[in-house]
Amino acid sequence: MSPFHGRGRLVVAVAVLSVLVIAGVVLLGAGLWAAASATDRLALARLVRSQAVFLISGVVLLLAVVGLAVVRLFGRHVQQPRRLAADTRLIATVNPGHRLSVRPPAELAELATAVNELAERYEAAERGVAARVRAGRADIAQERNRLAALMSELAAAVLVCNADGRILLYNAAARRLLEDRPDRPGVVGLGRSVFGVVDRDLVAHVLDRAQAGAAVHATTAWGERLLRVQVAPVAPVGTEATGFVVLVEDVTRRFDTTRRRDALLRDLTEGVRGSAAAIRGAIESLLEYPDIPADQRERFAVIVRDEATALGARVDALMRQSADDLTDRSLHEDMSATDLIAAVTAVIPAEHGPRIRVDTTGEGVWLTLDGYAAVRAVTALLARLRTAHEVDEVALGLRPAGRYAELTARWAGTPLDAETLRQWTTERTTGTGNDTVADILARHEAQVWSQGEEDGSAYLRLLLPLAGGPAREPAGPTPPARVIESRPDDGSLARPEFFDFDLFQATATDVAWEHRRLDEIAYTVFDTETTGLQPAEGDEIIAIGAVRVVNGRLLRQETFDRLVDPRRAVPAASRRIHGISNDMLRGQPTIEEVLPAFSRFAEDTVLVGHNVSFDLAFLRLKEATSGVTFTQPVLDTLLLSAAVHPDHEEHTMEAIAGRLGVEVVGRHSALGDALLTADLLVRLLPLLHGQGIHTLGQARAAAQRTYHARQDEARYPRRPVRSDPGASRAPGQR
Amino acid sequence: MTRKVLIADDEPNIVASLEFLMGRQGYDTLVVGDGDEVFAAVERFRPDLILLDVMLPHRDGFEVCQQLRAGGHDTVKIMMLTAKGRESEVAKGLAIGADAYVTKPFSTRDLVARVAVLLADEP
Repeated sequence: MSPFHGRGRLVVAVAVLSVLVIAGVVLLGAGLWAAASATDRLALARLVRSQAVFLISGVVLLLAVVGLAVVRLFGRHVQQPRRLAADTRLIATVNPGHRLSVRPPAELAELATAVNELAERYEAAERGVAARVRAGRADIAQERNRLAALMSELAAAVLVCNADGRILLYNAAARRLLEDRPDRPGVVGLGRSVFGVVDRDLVAHVLDRAQAGAAVHATTAWGERLLRVQVAPVAPVGTEATGFVVLVEDVTRRFDTTRRRDALLRDLTEGVRGSAAAIRGAIESLLEYPDIPADQRERFAVIVRDEATALGARVDALMRQSADDLTDRSLHEDMSATDLIAAVTAVIPAEHGPRIRVDTTGEGVWLTLDGYAAVRAVTALLARLRTAHEVDEVALGLRPAGRYAELTARWAGTPLDAETLRQWTTERTTGTGNDTVADILARHEAQVWSQGEEDGSAYLRLLLPLAGGPAREPAGPTPPARVIESRPDDGSLARPEFFDFDLFQATATDVAWEHRRLDEIAYTVFDTETTGLQPAEGDEIIAIGAVRVVNGRLLRQETFDRLVDPRRAVPAASRRIHGISNDMLRGQPTIEEVLPAFSRFAEDTVLVGHNVSFDLAFLRLKEATSGVTFTQPVLDTLLLSAAVHPDHEEHTMEAIAGRLGVEVVGRHSALGDALLTADLLVRLLPLLHGQGIHTLGQARAAAQRTYHARQDEARYPRRPVRSDPGASRAPGQR
Repeated sequence: MTRKVLIADDEPNIVASLEFLMGRQGYDTLVVGDGDEVFAAVERFRPDLILLDVMLPHRDGFEVCQQLRAGGHDTVKIMMLTAKGRESEVAKGLAIGADAYVTKPFSTRDLVARVAVLLADEP
């Protein structure tokens, strides 16, 4: 852009004209002087001296008239045409319903009228095209909506991701299941990394196994609950996977019947082995020792008969039972050792359990477990260590040993005697129906014992089955999920906002922010409500609202909306603006609690606000006490609007909304203003694009220029000008 | 001196074979069918080897084994018998002080041979 753009050019023009006028006057005087005779010169000098005031006033008046004329001409013939051009561009891009204002001079008024006529026709034609496009794509939309409906009806939580693990699609069940942790808001969102929910290693592990044709689910800890995760690659036939589908299920509660069946099967197996042992012992004794006395021979024969009969009866029972699915090991799933230890650490009750130090997490080790029950069993034993054996701290370690993994809890002190440990294992565990630790261990073919060491320490050791060790249910190769069409449509079709197949196109995320394309960035658009306008003088945030914009789309259901207890009174003047009273804030979390959650919500996105430096000032003041710093780039819709429309003077939210054809509703709640700002951002992005501003770096540079320009101009105050210092920002000023 | 073998198992049909086999090898035998009875029997009978079933009433074989070792019975050989035969059990049994671990059903000849080897080791 030229350095003489806009107001700079006007200043230069006025300066040049002034110089020319002064030069003209001086030249005129010099010419007269040179041509005059000596007496005339004297007379002239006298005249100039006596009429100096008149002459200088004349020159100044001349300068003023010329200057005013230039400013007026500039307004009419430079600024106004440019405004007309910008407005025409608006019609052609984001708001076909926009019209130029018809103002003098007559020639420009005529031009504006002509453009408006053209706009009418254009808008009508545009509507026709849009209708045809809509009709042409109706079946595609229908297909997608059918899929969306299907997904939303599914009880299972479904997340569809691209190869980088970005979420392209999710359903309501996924939100219900995963969005209930106040410490992890917004983990389910378009463009979010699925690895916020499911560990990256777990996905890799399950995908590996899927390719090998093995079972494709695993268990992972989620807060205090356990999730069963199933992963299937999305691959067009004969190509590399372009993404994967994650199915998540809460396995915190399961049916007891499976467990009873399991126990029955185990008893049967053992019984059969016992009978076989008795028969074999008797028969082999008979065969090996032909000199057996008759009465002993008789005894062995009876044993063989009785045991054979018992064996038959047991097999019959087994057959009867196999009507039910005896091989159901559905509760046994792959779980990484790291997850197991993390879950144990998370679940153990702080008040009853020992402190836990993790020695070795067994990274890369995978177990096959009913993860939920296993975690309950381990934590029950550890809690007993504290309450009944006075162990304050244990060191947990896990390492593979043969086909098993050794989970060892070590402490300084004496080992448990076997009887005590047996008693503990017969106690019922919480949250697993009627299971005892022993039941759970038996299901896992796991063992537990405690021993002392020479150095005076003792340990409790559990042997747990490694993945790929004990028998698993057979699973054929997973058929790849159907490839979902990834072309974007025109966005005007009704479709749930939690769809975004376009993210399939998104590539690696480590491109430096500056070079990221504006239309590929995920934005967190936010707004705050405050007790007043002076953060440095004790004003506080009382509400934070935010919404996400991903791939140029406003995701209305991915929001953040929290009230904050400011620990001070809300002045009546500001209450009139936002309607938030002291009563509403009592008992709400403090800013130190809300900011970490907001920070996680805004993770990996660009922050956007309107007149955002105001909100940032409040956030920055809380950095020390909340421990949260916002390091991501920030954009301001006010500055972006000024960059797009330098010749429009008003850049309040209402003014921009009016220009861009955005309906203004729900203002002056934090979330309402965030939504409006997000609407504005979505409309501003294509306009920026039209001006050759494609990357975040370019957008920030443009904002910087307008910022400096606006700082220089008192009539565009950077801060809202207010008459009432107690009030929040007045309506219309943001 | 005649070697003494204590048989701790609660399944009489298996005990019949074990008792017979041990007797034929010339060992003195004593049978108990309960985990709690093992300790008294060890004190009284002073066996050189115990055939110890894992599944005993009142006190399982692991517990008996661990308590015997903890109670200073270091020299008596302990051969554990089980119908389960899982690796985790074998690992646990050996970790808590058993000398051998035999899975049911077993070959009588092997069992006899292994008992002989264990008893020959004894100082």
